[in-house]
Amino acid sequence: MNAPEPIAFIRQHLIDPEICIRCNTCEETCPIDAITHDSRNYVVDADICNACGACISPCPTGSIDHWHTVAKSAAYSIDEQLSWDELPVEQEVDASVLDQVSVADEAVAGDAVQTNAATSISSSTPPWSAAHPYVNLYTLKTPITATIAGNYRLTAPDVESDIRHIVLDFGTQVFPILEGQSIGIIPPGVDANGKPHYMRMYSVASPRSGERDGYNNLSLTVKRVVVDHDGKPTVGVASNYLCDLPKGANVQVAGPFGVNYLMPNHPEANLLMICTGTGSAPMRAMTEHRRRLLAKGQSASGKLMLFFGARNSAELPYFGPLLKLPAEFIDKNFAFSRVADQPKTYVQDKILEAGKAVAELLAGDTYLYVCGLKGMETGVMAALTEVSAQHGLDWAELRTKMVKEGRFHVETY
Amino acid sequence: MSTIDYSDKIPNNVNLSEDKTLQRALEHWQPNYLQWWNDMGPDGSTNHDVYLRTAINVTPEGWANFGHVKMPDYRWGIFLAQAEEGRKVNFGENKGMNAWQEVPGEHRANLRRMIVTQGDTEPASVEQQRHLGLTAPSNYDLRNLFQINVEEGRHLWAMVYLLHKYFGRDGREEAEALLQRNSGDQDKPRILEAFNEETPDWLAFYMFTYFTDRDGKFQLNALAESGFDPLSRTCRFMLTEEAHHMFVGESGISRIINRTCQVMKEFGIEDPEQVRAKGVIDLPTIQRYLNFHFSVTIDLFGADQSSNAAAFYSAGLKGRYEEMKRDDDHLLKGGQYRILEVSNGALVEREVPMLNALNELLRDDYIRDSVAGVARWNRVIEKAGLSFRLVTPHKAFNRHIGAMAEFKISPEGRLISETQWQANVGNWLPSEADRAYVASLMGRVIEPGKIAGWIAPPPIGINRQPIDYEYVRFN
Repeated sequence: MNAPEPIAFIRQHLIDPEICIRCNTCEETCPIDAITHDSRNYVVDADICNACGACISPCPTGSIDHWHTVAKSAAYSIDEQLSWDELPVEQEVDASVLDQVSVADEAVAGDAVQTNAATSISSSTPPWSAAHPYVNLYTLKTPITATIAGNYRLTAPDVESDIRHIVLDFGTQVFPILEGQSIGIIPPGVDANGKPHYMRMYSVASPRSGERDGYNNLSLTVKRVVVDHDGKPTVGVASNYLCDLPKGANVQVAGPFGVNYLMPNHPEANLLMICTGTGSAPMRAMTEHRRRLLAKGQSASGKLMLFFGARNSAELPYFGPLLKLPAEFIDKNFAFSRVADQPKTYVQDKILEAGKAVAELLAGDTYLYVCGLKGMETGVMAALTEVSAQHGLDWAELRTKMVKEGRFHVETY
Repeated sequence: MSTIDYSDKIPNNVNLSEDKTLQRALEHWQPNYLQWWNDMGPDGSTNHDVYLRTAINVTPEGWANFGHVKMPDYRWGIFLAQAEEGRKVNFGENKGMNAWQEVPGEHRANLRRMIVTQGDTEPASVEQQRHLGLTAPSNYDLRNLFQINVEEGRHLWAMVYLLHKYFGRDGREEAEALLQRNSGDQDKPRILEAFNEETPDWLAFYMFTYFTDRDGKFQLNALAESGFDPLSRTCRFMLTEEAHHMFVGESGISRIINRTCQVMKEFGIEDPEQVRAKGVIDLPTIQRYLNFHFSVTIDLFGADQSSNAAAFYSAGLKGRYEEMKRDDDHLLKGGQYRILEVSNGALVEREVPMLNALNELLRDDYIRDSVAGVARWNRVIEKAGLSFRLVTPHKAFNRHIGAMAEFKISPEGRLISETQWQANVGNWLPSEADRAYVASLMGRVIEPGKIAGWIAPPPIGINRQPIDYEYVRFN
């Protein structure tokens, strides 16, 4: 009862006035207006800044990248910072005191979370009939703890790629999620520079009613990252952490995230889903939601069409369960790029092959979802253009309409 | 048949691969651009591996990707800032209408002219700076020069994209002409005078990037307000890159001053001749360069009174600097603004209709912004305990465009005679001797971590790399 209040520390984001050239890029970039200026200095409001890091790489000078550990109650005020000609010397803080710094402060990293890498245009609104999503209930600073309820390998044991189906349980804590939304995983510990690891985003692979219907859990499709985008060996921090977690382990989660990449609720809506690898997660979620509705007797007239690419069937997550889904429920099109003695086939090839059916869907009340590695975008867009042209659709016009109506969703990484 | 995969070669967020006509037009233009780069781009640099920042998309993470690349392989891309949902024309007679996604017919000629004028400055500066690599003061500075050069090249792409996409045959012809005019060329010069001046040495280069690239910042800001949405989005993204150029200028001059002050203090000298004897640039010479670049640059804003500027504004084509942050009617019909004129042998201010004085308004905004940086340079001198201060000259000084062009005005703003001008011009503007002295200091220092004697090292490296990082590798 009479214990002294613990001192809260923050890593305060500061701008070095000696190096800053007042170009306004940071203020322009900051998504939450934490940066302001007068005729002398550009400064960061410690009460607003959430250390998202969006301003760091656009800064041309490097003056933006300064972080001082200070007692929260003694953070430098805006007025103080505006009067500086140079940064103050960072006060040393006793390490034993710093141990008290909460997890929230640890998570204040100078690095950004990942964002959508898509270069194609994408709807900035959800489908009109989408359920209302909950977002940002938990953040880097205030994460929720989930328990690993299961961790299964989806790919055959003899193939190189290790893709896992990981089930997270939230017990009695509230964590409402919709198909297409993502969650953030916060790996524990620090990186080589002593900074906390940043949050990694994963799309959920389970529908709103839970991985197991009626349970407060969700699933992720996680590929163990062992090479980077350029094919160089690397160890993906979050994916290896997740893939190695045993049943019963705890994991820190932020989210839910995502307000646009959502599925329509009206039963006549068609879903056209195009994915590769773990980009299948949102497609599995949406498909499963529709399948459960059907199983409950709520039949929908809307069609499901899936284009799914992987190197071969052994590396295609959920291949077995997918095969069991009846053709009248979902039109499945698999593209394999590494099967011995067979020509390489990509999703765009399958789209062209199924041109007529695709064009019919595109002309109707259809919602398009693309998810996977960013390299797939160009080919997919070219195939859709060609299919449209072959069947008398004006793709540019149609796409604009779909984008505007929340029917065109692209998410790549 | 071209075998180049242009959807890959030209990174873009404008769905280039879906617009076959545009893609073909750019296919045709690209080899000419590369030819221009080889002929008129940085001298002898094609085989260097340069640590460059390349934009791969417009998100904060996407536009600053660093890695060593050969400049001819730099992925010049076409990027527009993200579209703003429901954007309107925000000023002028068309205020409140939806922003134009296509060129309105009645404004076609004016818009084309604005885009061509802006586009012309981009390759011009690359041409002006093409020999500077041979006298770089450090490996770090050489990299910064090249970064600026490739980004000016990208800005040319941005303008050429607009010309090709929205202006048909006229646009394609203009795009070709952008590669045919050359800075300082007697027969086919660049459009604006400042872009036909030489950039002979690194003091001039830093002054140019500080002052003249800042003109770019203000012009782009005004165009970013345009009701023609593709122009606005293009300029908004260009502005993000422009900031680096001004950083090179501001920090470059700051480092020169720093080094000079260091030497002055070390030897207890102030006399310019003595300072020069120590191999650094004396402060009065820096002041004269400043006077030159400042006055040449403010000419770029055009005549003090301009009916064109009024027409562009009223049509919603080109706004004011930070138009949307201003709290007025955005029509400016009744507004007044003060411009300079000579009356009874003295400079006086006179009120004119604001709409006609928009060039002057933008010039004054620009001047305020430049003066702030000069104050920061002065802090370096002050910190060294020296009494010298740099100062920006009066805006009527050494003008060649506008009402002041016909008068001789001193840097303090006094109307003077031709005789007085001739007697003093050597104190105000760099003389041949000044330029020769500065040129004599220019030697090539390219070993990582080494730095020429007339400039201080930078306080930090690029992208968190150390200062002695090998930013440019020579093959």
